[in-house]
Amino acid sequence: MRLFCEILYIISAVCFIVGLKGLSTPKTARRGNLFSALGMGIAIVTSLLYPLDAATNNYVWIVAGMAIGAAIGWQRAIKVEMTAMPQLVSIFNGFGGLSAMLLAILEALKFTEETGFLQSLIVFSTMFIGGVSFSGSVLAYLKLDGRVKDKHVTLPAHSLINIVLLVLAIGAVAFAIFNPSTFTISIAAVMSLIYGFSFVAPIGGADMPVVISLLNSVTGISAAVAGYLYDNQIMILGGILVGASGTILTLLMCKAMNRSLLNVIVGGFASSGQSAIGAAAAGGNQDQTIQEATPIDVAILLNYANQVMIVPGYGMAVAQAQKQAKELDTMLSEKGVEVNYGIHPVAGRMPGHMNVLLAEVDISYDKLLDLDDCNSKLADTDIVLIIGANDVVNPSALDDASSNIYGMPVLEVWQAKQTIVFKRSMKPGYAGIQNPLFFNANNKMLFGDAKDSLGKIVDELKTL
Amino acid sequence: MGQFLLDNIQSVYLLVFAIYLGFELISKVPSVLHTPLMSGANAISGVVLVGSILFIRSADADDYFSLAVASVALIVAMINVIGGFAVTNRMLAMFKKKEGNK
Repeated sequence: MRLFCEILYIISAVCFIVGLKGLSTPKTARRGNLFSALGMGIAIVTSLLYPLDAATNNYVWIVAGMAIGAAIGWQRAIKVEMTAMPQLVSIFNGFGGLSAMLLAILEALKFTEETGFLQSLIVFSTMFIGGVSFSGSVLAYLKLDGRVKDKHVTLPAHSLINIVLLVLAIGAVAFAIFNPSTFTISIAAVMSLIYGFSFVAPIGGADMPVVISLLNSVTGISAAVAGYLYDNQIMILGGILVGASGTILTLLMCKAMNRSLLNVIVGGFASSGQSAIGAAAAGGNQDQTIQEATPIDVAILLNYANQVMIVPGYGMAVAQAQKQAKELDTMLSEKGVEVNYGIHPVAGRMPGHMNVLLAEVDISYDKLLDLDDCNSKLADTDIVLIIGANDVVNPSALDDASSNIYGMPVLEVWQAKQTIVFKRSMKPGYAGIQNPLFFNANNKMLFGDAKDSLGKIVDELKTL
Repeated sequence: MGQFLLDNIQSVYLLVFAIYLGFELISKVPSVLHTPLMSGANAISGVVLVGSILFIRSADADDYFSLAVASVALIVAMINVIGGFAVTNRMLAMFKKKEGNK
């Protein structure tokens, strides 16, 4: 029986690997995901069958728990709006961390005099990592859901506070390892939760993609460490695979912003306010003029274009303007205009956020161009529509060494013949940096709600 | 410590290979698939539920505190697993390439 179970675990591991491999191309992605799910199913069944010493089994508890969890998870997954996807992924991720932490607490409470140092080190590592993942993900969820604003949870000198909290949390964990009691274990668990919360607190806005992928990675690691606790290879393998994929995504996101992970964690654009003011004073930007456009102007321009590029950003998600973008796309395509989408890796609040929103409104994924493909196409593009994006199309990233985003790869939209920026007002973007693109001779601003503006353009195009 | 590593050398191998494999598998994922990759991987991290199943199976049948806490651990991990796979599947179903489009 034991051999049979181990073989099942191996099959399950292969399913995870095949599944993740499948996620690397759009064609095989869906099948890949089903393979991972199959692997999980096999792992669950195997764990139910696995011969244990002195097993009491308690299958009633297990079946009840699984049924409740499955019902809640399923219901949340099929109901969620695609725009709420970042929140949902965060909270699911937090649940994984919570599970690891609870298990670790239970194991810690079972400690006796004979418990070895390594055993307790594993237990408390699981507790700490799981706790950080849980409270961090919950805060990320609250931020993404708009229930908590960055400024409500960011304290002055927050990076210093974080270092102190980290030292205290590790201290509490270390103390509990050597003096395990209900009291010390509780303190260690609470400190882990406080640190996780405080760790995510100063990171916000455009840095969310980094945080989400980092938390994803942390949850994977907590599952892997818990695997050592049960000497269970499938937990170790599954956890490590997630940890590795989360780490890669985290680094990709950092690279897309040309910032180090440490820089993001420490609080990123902390000094941007001052330098933006400084730049404005030095450059005298306020004297420059912008050209304003009306929806009719834009409709006429689009009507005579051959190549159109749409650059979406978080603003498009906020305005829920993706449906109107699709309508415009369909209309222009009927007129023989080629429409593509330029998508910056960190546009939105999670990796690939824009792709999901555009896929939801049925836009074919081969029209979604990544940074390099988009940039090589821009010189031949007649019109670029920038919808709710700002910092990812800021030319300062290339030519202004004093800018906070200097060095960040951006979509070089100014190479196109004409750019149109959809914007509510002249307020700077998340990074608090003024965007010289707005003052370019071949740029026009279309002020107002992106959804309304796109709707009006579509209406005008119908009459042309 | 050294003895522990020697006793568990296979686990150490597993760890090293799994890390390498993870990096190798994911490093070429196109940006279109970043979100599904993240939520799909996220669902896999729910594998921690295996731990809660094993825990409940060897817990005393009248130790209601442990059973209750472990059940919560099981429920939330199950939410992570089922929700994660379901939402990933839903997202991937939307990723379509339209033939007549180009």
